[in-house]
Amino acid sequence: MKLDDLLQQDSEWVKGTGPNSNIVMSSRTRLARNLDKFPFSNWANKKQLAEILAIVEGAVRSTNFLKNSLLLKIKDLSEVDRLFLVERHLMSLDHTKNPEYKALVIDPKEVVSVMINEEDHLRIQVLQSGFNLMEAWRIIDEIDTELSKHLTYGYSARWGYLTACPTNTGTALRGSVMLHLPALVFTGQTGKVLQATAKLGLNVRGLYGEGTEASGNFFQVSNQASMGRPEVDIIDNIERIINQIISREETTQKALLGKNKEAVVDRVWRAYGTLKSAHIITSNETIALLSTIRLGVDLGIVKNLDKMLVNELLILTQPAHLQKLEGKLLSANERDVKRADLIREKLK
Amino acid sequence: MLCDICGAKEATVHLTEIINDQVTKLNLCEECAKEKGTEMEEHFGLSDLLAGLSDMGATIEPEAVAAVKCPNCGFSYQDFRKTGRLGCSECYEVFKKQLTPLLKRIHGSDRHIGKIPLKIGKTPKDLITLQELRMGMEKAIQMEEFEEAARLRDKIRELEKKGKGDA
Repeated sequence: MKLDDLLQQDSEWVKGTGPNSNIVMSSRTRLARNLDKFPFSNWANKKQLAEILAIVEGAVRSTNFLKNSLLLKIKDLSEVDRLFLVERHLMSLDHTKNPEYKALVIDPKEVVSVMINEEDHLRIQVLQSGFNLMEAWRIIDEIDTELSKHLTYGYSARWGYLTACPTNTGTALRGSVMLHLPALVFTGQTGKVLQATAKLGLNVRGLYGEGTEASGNFFQVSNQASMGRPEVDIIDNIERIINQIISREETTQKALLGKNKEAVVDRVWRAYGTLKSAHIITSNETIALLSTIRLGVDLGIVKNLDKMLVNELLILTQPAHLQKLEGKLLSANERDVKRADLIREKLK
Repeated sequence: MLCDICGAKEATVHLTEIINDQVTKLNLCEECAKEKGTEMEEHFGLSDLLAGLSDMGATIEPEAVAAVKCPNCGFSYQDFRKTGRLGCSECYEVFKKQLTPLLKRIHGSDRHIGKIPLKIGKTPKDLITLQELRMGMEKAIQMEEFEEAARLRDKIRELEKKGKGDA
């Protein structure tokens, strides 16, 4: 398997399958792990970093789950390839910086990925389509156990898994879901709902754009605390709260169709019209319009459009994906033209 | 619209900065935005917040604490204040006094309940018992069986003492 093969397949969060996939795009779990006594990656010297990389690589190769996975040395990747992996949610933007001794492991289905020598020695991630957080926990738990047969982790009975940043200590588990909440945004309820969510110990941030001014109505919700309760409880707590947000979004969507039907229908078709006819379009505008169309598909306003195509466009229209598709570097202005071309072609 | 910094290229990135309550809008080209971006990230981050919290409950003179170094990796408490990150897994033991109130503040708890790795340096049997006791105590509290919870608490303390504070 090669990096470019990924371009031909739909990553897990694009599929648009799984429970509640109308509102939950994807579910993700992440575990941070460090080798006992080795300095954390940001404090280790070159020799130690090389050693950590070799040890973790050896462990990865010995697990059943990951033995067929792709192992990429970040320093060998071009700038575009690095951003391409960030856009696919397989690694963080931080992992693209100071690339020496950093690596990324990806399983062929893009469900599992492991960042080596990011802030922690290992950052294991499992992505699932739709609202599937408990399954994402089950898979990551199994992989972590398998890896730990070959590795001795920094761990204290009192504080659990020891991580570079104290905000991750304990279970070192972060569960997060990516939500699409167009009706709540449309009716101005997001502030209230997301504030309440934050009070219950969950972090909320816009997926694209900053803070609550998220462009395209996408939000990421994750647990704040990682110590003091077992992993399953952490996941269960997120699921309960997310379930309430889902039902609120669903009720609002129905209400919108009842009271503001013309306004919603108008907005959806205008979005569709713009995307089908634009010749220059920015990434932000694209995300906002695709979000509106996604709502239109969910509400049955737009009938002959597959939601998966909308999801696919969300990822393909991002800067690094466009450049991979074109096979060359493009300036921001060139990208805006190519993006519009691609969208018109796909929506034909 | 041209870039506010270089004035040569087309501005494609629009930033809003808030400095001393003054809102400034910047229109930048891609290259200048990249440079500006790294600069902005360094302005304020999680580490600044952690540094503010990290001295809570410190009983020793802060200057003396700042100089203490981890014998395993050479990381000092001063380094932690600066970066909000620790040097290695052993640092947790070295800076235990400072970290305990901090962890409690962050997580609302300073006791791990959950997974135990397969391989650990210490005697796993005691650790597992300790975990089970802690979970039992949590359950007892939830069920409002306070006598049982107190009994378990005492057992936990006893085991923790045996582990010389590490547990």
